[in-house]
Amino acid sequence: MSEAQTLFKVTIDNITVEVPAGTSILNAARKIGGEVTPPAMCYYSKLQGSGGKCRTCLVEVAAGSTADPRPMPKLVASCRTNVMDGMIVKSITSEKVLDARKGVVEFLLINHPLDCPICDQAGECHLQDLSYEHGAESTRYEFQRRTFPKHDIGPYIQLHMTRCILCYRCVYVADQLTNKREHGILDRGDHSEIATYIHKALDNDFIGNVIDVCPVGALTDRTFRFKNRVWFLKPVEAHRDCGKCCGRVTLWYRGDEVFRVTARKDEWGEVEDTPDGKPGWICNVCRFEKKETKDWVIEGVRHVNRHSVISAGHYNTLEVPKETIQDVMHGRNPKLLMDIHEVSDVNKPEIHLSEIPGPAHSDNFDNNKPA
Amino acid sequence: MGIKLLLDKAHVEGIRFYDAYRREGGYRSVEKALKMSPNDIVEEVKKSGLRGRGGAGFPTGMKWSFLAKPEGVPRYLVCNADESEPGTFKDRYLMEFLPHLLIEGLIVSSFALGSNRTYIYIRGEYAWIVDILEHAIAEAKANGFLGTNILGSGFDCEIYVHRGAGAYICGEETALLESLEGKRGNPRIKPPFPAIKGLWDSPTVVNNVETLMAIVPIMNMGAEEYAKIGVGKSTGTKLISACGNINKAGVYEIDMTISVEEFIYSDEYCGGIPNGKKLKACIPGGSSVPILPANLLLKTAKGETRYMNYESLADGGFATGSMMGSGGFIVLDEDQCVVRHTYTLARFYRHESCGQCSPCREGTGWMEKILLSLEKGKGKMSDIDLLWDIQRKIEGNTICPLGDAAAWPVAAAIRHFRDEFEWHVLNPEESQTRNFGLAHYADPIHVPTV
Repeated sequence: MSEAQTLFKVTIDNITVEVPAGTSILNAARKIGGEVTPPAMCYYSKLQGSGGKCRTCLVEVAAGSTADPRPMPKLVASCRTNVMDGMIVKSITSEKVLDARKGVVEFLLINHPLDCPICDQAGECHLQDLSYEHGAESTRYEFQRRTFPKHDIGPYIQLHMTRCILCYRCVYVADQLTNKREHGILDRGDHSEIATYIHKALDNDFIGNVIDVCPVGALTDRTFRFKNRVWFLKPVEAHRDCGKCCGRVTLWYRGDEVFRVTARKDEWGEVEDTPDGKPGWICNVCRFEKKETKDWVIEGVRHVNRHSVISAGHYNTLEVPKETIQDVMHGRNPKLLMDIHEVSDVNKPEIHLSEIPGPAHSDNFDNNKPA
Repeated sequence: MGIKLLLDKAHVEGIRFYDAYRREGGYRSVEKALKMSPNDIVEEVKKSGLRGRGGAGFPTGMKWSFLAKPEGVPRYLVCNADESEPGTFKDRYLMEFLPHLLIEGLIVSSFALGSNRTYIYIRGEYAWIVDILEHAIAEAKANGFLGTNILGSGFDCEIYVHRGAGAYICGEETALLESLEGKRGNPRIKPPFPAIKGLWDSPTVVNNVETLMAIVPIMNMGAEEYAKIGVGKSTGTKLISACGNINKAGVYEIDMTISVEEFIYSDEYCGGIPNGKKLKACIPGGSSVPILPANLLLKTAKGETRYMNYESLADGGFATGSMMGSGGFIVLDEDQCVVRHTYTLARFYRHESCGQCSPCREGTGWMEKILLSLEKGKGKMSDIDLLWDIQRKIEGNTICPLGDAAAWPVAAAIRHFRDEFEWHVLNPEESQTRNFGLAHYADPIHVPTV
């Protein structure tokens, strides 16, 4: 069968790859992997019709195809543009793309609360990764951010719209995974929100998957909220015989206790396929109700392939720094590492915060800065 | 006196009804068209050089020839009557006074494209026009111009009127189709274009009201005669809805050979600016197109006279030109504040953004907030550069042209009126009590000699 498929040659950032016809630029880039892969916040390969909305995956098409080598006039959404034979795509080699991407990250962040310290998604948040890799170091937005009240939608899921980036993934999950349309978007523009009309509960056996597809902390697991930080948990692969779903999950342990259950996610943050080729969505029973080790057959440690803090905390050999804290602190000996009053120059008498125009910045206190 | 092709009979008593319309020679084009082959009609429209009157100015014949014609799949014609651009009200006038002209154009176009079910997607606020159109459709049907086997040709056609629910974005053709299908009016990601996969996944053509009406004179007088009217690639006549600081606001039919100066000052058209004020600026084609200061409006950067047609208005690109757009001609006199004006437009686009893609959803709101603080005298000098940077990051990076439409007015206002923005920043208190005035915008522009 694979012989019959026509293969298209596509060059992304000077790396040529052969992909079957009908593949999107993004998926071709994922085949190459690494830095050339555009980030994607709304596209989810397991959900039909997703993508094209967040605009983080914009790429420049320098040549449309061998037959028609004209460049495309605008940047295109790589998740929704299919490759042509001989297409030349520029991702990180194009200044225009990097500039646009930085702009999109800024747009996504201006109304995001940046409450990562109290957000359950922190550590596995795609928006965190995106802004770390592609964003600017500070914001230029000086107005009040958009806020919404929190809503419990059903007994297991909480919706915190303030954090939402309107990727529509959860809408597609509810549409495609469950029998009926569960929820959608109300209103328009920057005041639009994900909503179940008049707070109808999302009660469906597979609705828990909206938590897994949410790229930010807008949809969170109520059985896990504020229980732990994800980087303290140890992911373990397990399965059980479930009548409703594939039953293949990741258990997140701390000590002997299972804190949460999620589907298995691949390096792009998407649900892994089961051996029979179907997406490995899991049901609400597996996700929310089976939190005992005895419910599961443990397969082994889950290798977190991503460059996330989760994998960094668990599987890298811890390297003990050679310098002592006293060296780093220029001889001062703080009582607590986090004791800002001891280690910071803020309290130095010659600088008064009131003298600094605008918000204080660490540069204001840098002694080594040339005057 | 200009040539009138659409509005020539608009003031005949009872033209809104079938009897008077038929007496004045209505539905002749249907009788003529049904004897031709559909492809010949498409060729005829191509030859006429008719360009889309909805804003983009894409050649209509070309659009029609792109329509895919797979076997066993219905094809649709949709009339885009969701006219909601601030400053544009020509379609409302046309449909209100000449409903039968639209029906006639629709029957001919449906026959040419093979559409047996044709839709008019009308702006929801035009509630009374729906009644007018439905009455006209009933009359046409009673006289055998709609329904099955029209005039014995074997061609069936029904026209349905669908009311929008009050969203500007549904004037974008794919959002319109989504809305017509009963879904949320979010623009689709293109490709596929509607000509391949449109309404209910079938090939679809979406045309503006004025475009479809222009099919009638093309059929009646022949494409060659039609193409002789106008100049260059701007053939035929165009309706301009003029408003703002002019003596005679209203809808005018022009033949695209008159100059902008004549259009504003002659008594036949706008009749000059009231109270002896001076022209400061003008948006020549509806709120989305770039604003031009008076000196660039009347003459191009090369010092040539600017005419009311597609090419001349776009002369100089966005740096010193603008666009014909949908023909919403908004005139600003010396008492108007460009910052306030830009803020008003930004507020509109913020409110009308569908919220699907992030640059438009977040960027339009951000621009509105910055413009409001500038207008209220609370802005900073860096805000002007920030505004420029935001519009640059919205333009071209969105799913549909609404992002561009929101970015262009802001870009043009900063490009041409930056000193007015700076004056607002430097004189926060004075800017609350008086306007910047005319400045140098009416001076003849300096043309560098190379």
